[in-house]
Order: sequence, then structure tokens, then C-alpha cells
Amino acid sequence: MTYEFLQNYWWVLISLLGGLLVFLMFVQGANLQLGNRALDDTQKRMVLNSTGRKWELTFTTLVTFGGAFFASFPLFYSTSFGGAYWVWILLLFTFVFQAVSYEFQNKKGNLLGKKGFRAALMVNGILAPFLVGTAVGTFFTGSDFTVDKLAITDPSSPVISTWGNGWHGLDALAQQHAVLLGLTLVFLTCILGALYILNNVEEGTIENQMRRTVRIAAIPFLFFFLAWAVWLCLRSGFAVDADGTVRMEANKYLHNLLEMPVVLGMLLVGVVLVLWGIYQGAFTSSRKGIWFAGPGTVLVVMAVFFLAGFNGTAYYPSNTDLQSSLTLSNSCSSRFTLQVMFWVSLLIPFVLAYIVYAWRAMDRKKITAKEIEGTKDKY
Amino acid sequence: MDVVIWSRIQFAMTAAYHWLFVPLTLGLALVMAVMETIYFVKKDEFWKKTARFWMKLFAVNFAVGIATGIILEFEFGTNWSNYSWFVGDMFGAPLAIEGILAFFMEATFFAVMFFGWDKVSPKFHLVSTWLTGIGATVSAYWILVANGWMQNPVGTTFNPDTVRSEMASASAFWEVVSNPVAVSKFFHSVTSGWVTGGVFVVGVSAWYLLRGRQKKFATKSILIGGLVGLVGSAAVMISGDASGVHAAEFQPMKLAAAEGLRDGGRGAAFTIVPGIRIPKMLSFLATHDFNGYVPGINDILAGYTDNDGNEIPSVEEKMRRGRVALDALATYRSLRDSNPEAAAQARAVLEENVQYMGYGHLSEPEDVVPPVGVVFWAFRLMIGLGMLLALVLLLSVWFAWKDRLPQMRWLLWTALLCIPLVYICGQSGWVVAEVGRQPWTIQGLLPVNVAISSLSAGAVKTTFFVFLGVFALFLIIEIRILLQAIRKGPEIEPENA
Repeated sequence: MTYEFLQNYWWVLISLLGGLLVFLMFVQGANLQLGNRALDDTQKRMVLNSTGRKWELTFTTLVTFGGAFFASFPLFYSTSFGGAYWVWILLLFTFVFQAVSYEFQNKKGNLLGKKGFRAALMVNGILAPFLVGTAVGTFFTGSDFTVDKLAITDPSSPVISTWGNGWHGLDALAQQHAVLLGLTLVFLTCILGALYILNNVEEGTIENQMRRTVRIAAIPFLFFFLAWAVWLCLRSGFAVDADGTVRMEANKYLHNLLEMPVVLGMLLVGVVLVLWGIYQGAFTSSRKGIWFAGPGTVLVVMAVFFLAGFNGTAYYPSNTDLQSSLTLSNSCSSRFTLQVMFWVSLLIPFVLAYIVYAWRAMDRKKITAKEIEGTKDKY
Repeated sequence: MDVVIWSRIQFAMTAAYHWLFVPLTLGLALVMAVMETIYFVKKDEFWKKTARFWMKLFAVNFAVGIATGIILEFEFGTNWSNYSWFVGDMFGAPLAIEGILAFFMEATFFAVMFFGWDKVSPKFHLVSTWLTGIGATVSAYWILVANGWMQNPVGTTFNPDTVRSEMASASAFWEVVSNPVAVSKFFHSVTSGWVTGGVFVVGVSAWYLLRGRQKKFATKSILIGGLVGLVGSAAVMISGDASGVHAAEFQPMKLAAAEGLRDGGRGAAFTIVPGIRIPKMLSFLATHDFNGYVPGINDILAGYTDNDGNEIPSVEEKMRRGRVALDALATYRSLRDSNPEAAAQARAVLEENVQYMGYGHLSEPEDVVPPVGVVFWAFRLMIGLGMLLALVLLLSVWFAWKDRLPQMRWLLWTALLCIPLVYICGQSGWVVAEVGRQPWTIQGLLPVNVAISSLSAGAVKTTFFVFLGVFALFLIIEIRILLQAIRKGPEIEPENA
């Protein structure tokens, strides 16, 4: 295995984890239904218990995504987490509240009340996809940072990666192109959430409301996604020469698409699957839309990551100092670390297999009002 | 106060808070898995209801544990940016492996355990309960591999081209995974979790007996919980002994601080409390030889000869060589492309002195001395409480076995009061381990003042106080919910049998 192969391999895995994370954020999207006035309390509780059996997978995928990024591309972790401080801290807070909200919301003595914790779930439902989307959006717009490894020899300011402004990541909100991707993700996860509930819960009003949600959210989703994608093809991007020098190249990402037909194919197939899932949820009586839109989402997200990192592209670029931009080869771990982790990663199919097995065993029967009212095993 | 201090306070608070929930998760997981196994074998509904009661408490505690674990992971990047780059090559791997191998197991099977009673077969459910606990334990292993490496950084070398510590070879990972410090820390921490679970179960059950409620449930729970706690206590002592030997070998300053040992020597005495000493005991504990040499704080500052005959230079000398290494690194980096010959020379100088490079960041030799009073008393608190807890567990199990516990109200009260004590004990242990290795984030390689992110003190202060508020809120809510659930009790009829 060459060093370059290992770098690419790990970028593929990071992309896969990113794709799975966005798919699994159907949990966040579905929790927005807690604010749906057409649903009564039992119906909301059915939604809550449906996502309540899955949220830990989403959460764990986020943790593993972070851990894998740290392990394989540590310079990204140190530069982005330490620099774009407020974005990551904000994301962290919404997930921290989410993690306790399921368990706390319906218990006596919880201080904030049922409404308080459900509100926390909804805040997470909007902010989590928005912040993740915007952060990934900066892979294409660039950020304001510099990397100087020699700094560590300077006792007065030893930090290698420094952010250029005091906003520490909130400056991404001024990058309209990145924000478009954040908004895209908010509506995408909302759609995925509705499709998931449609598949997992059996109840008349909920079904109608989910199909309605898919129909309504599809419009802004398509608008923001198309706007983002067209802008992406038009904008210039951060190209890396063979010697590692970073320079701007007009229509770089369009070139990447055309020069990597596999990625173009993934993107197109992914988009078609998502659209087919939306169509099934919105206009047919099928409950299986999530099984198209979900995998479609994974493919699209992976394609987006590939566009950012492959074909001689700097995936975490700096506007302030082009040569500080992070590329796969200048930000990755050592060859031995990537190699050891390669062997560990071969266990992933095994992990996926038991997740699928347990998921199927638990979801054999759809959630019904009768079950939620009758069982003690619920949130 | 500056950003270094605030970053440390924030991380210390998060880690300490996380450790309020983890040990109970580890211990209770084992207790309820044993109970469900008895149910599976005996098919007696009593055991199912008993296991389910403890699972309910487990779930509340588990949620906060998960919520706080992710904060630690994020904080490595957000607040310790230089650290993340400097050692990310080594440190990130166990974190990623923890996610892949352990967290998914915990998350998947927790859901089956919690919601699956009526959905999956009793066998699948039992397996899920065990796998939830095993997942938590495997996760502890990997995070302690990471922590153990910070205490004893094996298997890496410094690479001046990337300016970081890197895994030295593919087999070096094995060194990291089997690092003796990591292994003893794992057993010490996990089995201390069993003690926590045991003390918690015994204490809560004692409350029922004091109230004259749920006698059978409480007595049986005390037997199972107490036994788990006792096994844990024994294992904690054995692994604690190994931890002492490792500290002597890899972190002599930590041991000197924990003992308040200013001047060491051969046949060093062990101080129980100031004024009461056991001759030669410290030498025996640290080196398993009554006449072994144990350096004191002043010896380490001035330089000494260790038990293998190696000359350890003074801290001042280490600092001097550290600065030489840092200067050589700067020279090497600036001449690398323009003057390969001079660069190669600088590199040779660097390699000669690189083992002390971390010392080059210190401003005075005394920087290497951790706060002695804190470490000294935390160490005594940990050991004293640990012995007290083991005794209470032993008495509780014995009298529960003899069926005399309900009459022994003083013991029941003591067992109940031990619940806060077991948390103080565990926290003290981590204070010894982590405060005792100041100023190093990575022993000898990277002191805290160069491990940080480039943030303003105000930013970190802000997040610290927000975290403080959130943590306090969660703790109050968690305790209220637990108390509600305990007051309500298990659903076993009749209540007063």
C-alpha cells in the first residue's frame, strides 16, 4: 500500500462517514415534527419514540466521524476545531442537549419540562444540519486561517494554526455559498426525517402530515441545492500542483466533475435516488421512500467530499494564505498510522452487519399508537 | 488568568464531570447483566423486575455520560489545537478505533436492551445487555490507551519535516496498545467502576431496608452488587500497585509529589499522613525492593542516577538541551530547501537533543513540579476511602448473606452515606493521575502552555461558564430523576415483603 493510496482510502472513509451522518440526521429532521400543530401529543410521542431508538446511531456516527477525521487528517482537526471555535462549540451544545433530552423530557422533576426538552430537540433539528452543512460549505469557499509549523519553536505564540479574525468560525455565516449548503441540509434532513417516520410509524394523521412535509420541504430543498450546485460549478476553486503549491483555478469544481466521471455518476445517481424517494413519499402510497432517498443522500455527500478533496484539490482552503490550505497529503497522518487504521477499518462491515441485524429485529413491527400507549419501554 | 489556565480548567471540569457518569455505567452494566443472567437461567420474574429497575437508573445515567463524552472529544480540537496536530498522528487512532469498535456496540445494543423486552427473544436481549456493558468496557480500554500514552509516550518519534510525533513503525502501534501504563490504568479504572456500581446498588438498597420496603429485592441486590463491588475492590488494589510501580518508572515526579517527597534515596519511607511513616515501604511499593532508589523532587530537579544506573540530567540541563533542539528545528526548517548541507547539520543536532525538546518550552526548572499538596492529599483520600468502601461492602455482603442486615441500621446508614464517598474516591484518583503529571500534556514532550489553541482567554472563559451552567443543570435534573425513580421503587409486589 502506498502512502498516497492510504490517504485516498481514508478520504473515502471520511466521505462515507459524512454521508452516513447526513443520512442518519433523519433523526434531527424528524424531530422538527414535535413542533407540528397537526399532531396531538400521542402522535408526537410516537415520532419521539421512533427517532428515540435511532438517535444514538446518529450521535455515534458523528463521534466516529470526528474521531476518524482526527486520526487520519489531524491538521484539519487542529486547524478547523481550534480555529472555527464557535461553530463547533455551538454544534456541540445542540448535540449535548439532544443526548439528554430523550431521557429527560417525559420524567418528573426534569426542571425544564416536556416543552423545554422538546424545544431542545427541535433546536438541534435545525442547527445541527445547518452548521454541518455550512462547515462543509467552507470546503469550497475557503476560510480565514494560516498554518505555520515553525510557530511551535516560538515561546511567545506557539500555536501552529491560527484563525485570522475574532469571529472564530461565525465568519462562515457571511459566506453565502457555504450558507446555501447549510440551508440545503436543513430541508434535506427534514425530508429524510419525514420519509423515515413514514416508514417506521403506522398512523393515519402522521402519514398525511409526513407526506405533506415532504411536498412542502422539497421546494426549498431543490431551490437551495440547485443554487449551491450551480454556484459551485461557476466558482473558481483551490487547485494543488504536483509540487504541493496551491493556486486558484477557474471552474475548478466543474473540471473535477468532468475529469472524474465516477464522481459525476455518483452525484447523478444519488440525486435521482433522492428525487425518487421524495416522489414516493410525496405522491404515492409507498412507505419506502427513505430506502431510496437515504442511500441517495450518502452517494451525493460522498461525491461532494470527493469534489473537495480529489483530483488535486485543497479540501480545506485558506483565503488568507493560499499556501496554508489543507490538502490530503499535507494534513494527513503518518503512513504507519493510516496503515494500522486501514486494518482496523476492515471491521466496519462487521459493525454495519450487526447494526442492520439489530435494527431489523427492532423494527419488524411498525410503531403504532397502541404500542406506545401500552408499553413501559418508551421515552 | 490566561488562556492556558482557562483551557485547563475547562478540560479538567469536563473530564471530572464525565467521570461522574462513566464509573456507574461500567459498574451498573455488570450488576444488571448478572441479574438478567440469573433471570434467564431461573426464569423467575423477580429477577427480571430487579434487573429492569437497575436498568432504568442505568439509562438516566448513561444519557449524561454520552452527552459529556462527545465534549471531551471536541475539546481536544477546539481547545488543544497544537496538541491535536503535535500528537494527533498517534492520539487520534485510539479515538477512531473507540468509535468503530465500542461506541456502535454500546449504542446499538443499548437500544435493544432498553426497548427490546417485548420485541426480541430473551436470549437476544440478554446478549444485548452484556454487549452494552462490554461495549462500554472496550471503549474504556481505547480511551485509556490514549491517556496511557500521554503518561508514557511509547512508540513514536519526532519528525522535523511534519513537526509532530509520529508512529515510528507499523509494529509501534502494538507498543502503544500494550503500553503497561495503559493496561494497568484500564484495569484500575474499570474495576473502580465496579466498585462504584457496587457501592451505588448497596447504598440504594440499604435505603429500602431502612424504610422497611422491598426486603427481598434489596437483600438480593446487596448480594449481587456487593460481590461485584468486592471483586472490583480487590482488582483496584492489585492494579493500583502496578500503577505505583509505573509512576516510579515513567513519571517519578508524579510519585514524588504524591508522596510529598522532597529528598529521596534508598530505602525511602512511606508517609501515611505527615508524621506517621513506614520505613522502607515507599521503596518497596515503587520498585518492589526495600532498598530501591526513589528520587525526591529535589533529586529530580538536580539530576540523579536511577536504579538501572542511568544518569538522569538536571532539569536545567534538560531545558538547555531542549532549547538547543528547538533552535536546531528552526534552523533545519528554514534551510531545508536552500542549504541542504547546513540543514543536515542542524538535523543532527536536533536528533541529539530531541528527547528533551519539550523541556525547551519551560521557563524555569520549578515548572516541572506539580502542585504537591493537591496530589499528596488526593492520593491519601483515594486510598483511605477505597479501603473504607471495601470494608463496608464486605460487611454488607456478609450480613446480607446471614440475613441480618435489616436490623443493622448503623451499617445501612453507612452504606447509604458511602454513595457520595465512592465518587470522591474516584475523582481523587484522577486528580493524582492528571494533576500529578503537570505541566505535561504529553509526559516530557509537550507542556500545557504550548498545547493550546489560539483563542482569547475571554472566549474560553465564556464556554467554561456556559458548560458549568449546563453541567450543574444536568446534574440536578439527573439526581432528581434518579431520586424519583428510587422513591417509586421496583415494581415488585408486595412492597413490604
